Amino acid sequence: MFERLSVMLMKEFLELRRDRWAMFRLIVPMIIQMLVFGYAATFTVHHVTTAVLDLDQSQASRSLISHFAATSRFNIVNVATNQKEINRDIDRDKAVIAIVIHAGFSRDLENGKSAQLQVIVDGTNSNTALIALGYIAQIVANFSAEQAANRVFPSRSSPATPAVGISLQMRPWFNEGLDERWFFIPGVIGTLTLMQVVSLTAFAIVREREVGTLEQILVSPIRPVEFILGKTVPFFLIGLGDIALVSFVGIFWFHVPFIGDPWVMLVGSALFLLAVVGMGLLMSTFSRTQQQAFALNFFFLNPFFILSGFAFPIAAMPKVLQWFTMINPLRYFLVIIRAVFLKGVGFAVLWPELGALALLAVIMLTISVLRFRKSLD
Amino acid sequence: MSSDSPAVWADGLTKRFASFTAVDHLNLRIEKGEVVGFIGPNGAGKSTTIRMLCGLLRPSEGRASVAGFDVGRQPEEVREHIGYMSQKFSLYGDLTVHENLRFFAGIYRVPHRDLSERMRFAISMAGLEGREDALVRTLAGGWKQRLALGCAILHRPPILFLDEPTSGVEPEARRRFWDLIHELAAGGVAILVSTHYMEEAEYCNRIALINGGRLVAMGTPSELRQRSLGGDLFEIDCVPLGAALKALGTAQGVVEAAIFGDKLHAVLGEGGLSAEELPRFLAEREIRVGSVRPAKPSLEDVFVRLVSTTPETRAAS
Repeated sequence: MFERLSVMLMKEFLELRRDRWAMFRLIVPMIIQMLVFGYAATFTVHHVTTAVLDLDQSQASRSLISHFAATSRFNIVNVATNQKEINRDIDRDKAVIAIVIHAGFSRDLENGKSAQLQVIVDGTNSNTALIALGYIAQIVANFSAEQAANRVFPSRSSPATPAVGISLQMRPWFNEGLDERWFFIPGVIGTLTLMQVVSLTAFAIVREREVGTLEQILVSPIRPVEFILGKTVPFFLIGLGDIALVSFVGIFWFHVPFIGDPWVMLVGSALFLLAVVGMGLLMSTFSRTQQQAFALNFFFLNPFFILSGFAFPIAAMPKVLQWFTMINPLRYFLVIIRAVFLKGVGFAVLWPELGALALLAVIMLTISVLRFRKSLD
Repeated sequence: MSSDSPAVWADGLTKRFASFTAVDHLNLRIEKGEVVGFIGPNGAGKSTTIRMLCGLLRPSEGRASVAGFDVGRQPEEVREHIGYMSQKFSLYGDLTVHENLRFFAGIYRVPHRDLSERMRFAISMAGLEGREDALVRTLAGGWKQRLALGCAILHRPPILFLDEPTSGVEPEARRRFWDLIHELAAGGVAILVSTHYMEEAEYCNRIALINGGRLVAMGTPSELRQRSLGGDLFEIDCVPLGAALKALGTAQGVVEAAIFGDKLHAVLGEGGLSAEELPRFLAEREIRVGSVRPAKPSLEDVFVRLVSTTPETRAAS
């Protein structure tokens, strides 16, 4: 067993070394994608184009507008003079948000009535709209608190009724600044590794099938396990290298904290890679040509990505899709890698995810070996 | 493998793919040191048969034994005792000649003490001395093919299966390759080689003609010629041709006669007119005879005749 495995590994190593672009292909796309994801993957909304129509022209209305101008969240692109202009700005994508202060705004405030503010939002991008509305609500809340304070204290008209309120002190744990990068980057590490290693494994075996070397090896007394190990150990090692590489980029370039135990990370990564290599192997047993492998790859990787909890919460998915996430190794690895990076928890907490990965790895590898035997026919 | 058992035998070997029968109750027997040519058109079932004998495909029906092991039940043992090479020259292009040999030697667990000698032998057999460090993808077809053969025999298998090993290789290299095959056979190796080059069939000790998954005929090239014609073929130089043809058509023992260019072809069966008696027979009928020479029908003709006279030749081929 050991002799055959060692010549298999030697052969893979030599082929990799002869392939001038191998190192480039294995490393550069990972780093570039890591950088792109690191910078681009964010739900934060900045510089939302905003049009303003102030029909009140009062001190209060100007003060409210200045609140919007003061934050970098909004970018006032047009101070309109009539409603038509506002409609046009929204239609032509000049502005995503329009704030309309109707006449009588300051009078209502003075009289202690509830003053009306109209906000028009382009809901095409529901995500941006939702987040922008959240900011607007915040700004308006601040403004009305100020107004209330001005009315209560300077005039001291009714000292017996001080404003009563609950003040919310937010202190998120593990990511105090709620920096989204901290959330995304560990996820990117898992996702990139999944995509890289599944396709590398599947393609490597299908290529041998296509060239005919697979047949040549299969007529030899080599056992399927020896061949499969020889084909997968290199990609397992490459996967570990990839995870280490992009983790370093995340930690040292994007300054995502890594407060957990590296050993937990190593065990989690190893189990994840076994499952992922198993997936690639399984895919290869269903593909006669590289084209078929490509189609399968295309078919499976996106759902695995979407149904992993990378960006979209699993708990919000329909039940059927939630069940599907159970066989998704990325789902478990994302929990592990985020927990190790940000929470610093260990085996005591992560054993269910680690166990699930181990189980998936065993199942996928077993099916692959069995199917590989059958695929000779 | 006991000394008198055949290297390969198959009894009613059958392979079906869904509703298509690729190989249909094939019987085969190959002795040690024998080169058997597997001849037939594309899709006749040659590759499928070879793949079953190698343990790459499971037979749907029937039995076969290779080196004394049952191909269905002992494929691992079978694979220890065979060498296999296919038309695709399945070597690793990005590895050198030496590295390819080392790889296959390792896969077949060639003992370490024999390693360098076996590899040297394979390299000299392929004519690749001095090019041990060349990448295989830079080699021309003939060299690749001989190197593939070298890789296939590193473990000294008593049986070799060669599936169209010479397709796509230039004639000169093909001839060299056949020399190697005969050298191996002289050393006692049993060889089953499939080809669709008819002239290569001549190099085989025996030929198995296969069509539509069925064995049409098996025998030495001359046996097959005789069987297909029902006698021996002679070329007769004579005038006038028309009268000669008419005369031979009624003569006893003449299986067939036909004008062939400016000469006459006649097939003489047993128990009738012999070749020696021909000139006198024709002269008596006022036909001038120049010469009577035995002629050799091409194996292609033989194949076509045998296939067309076999009742159960199906269109599926």
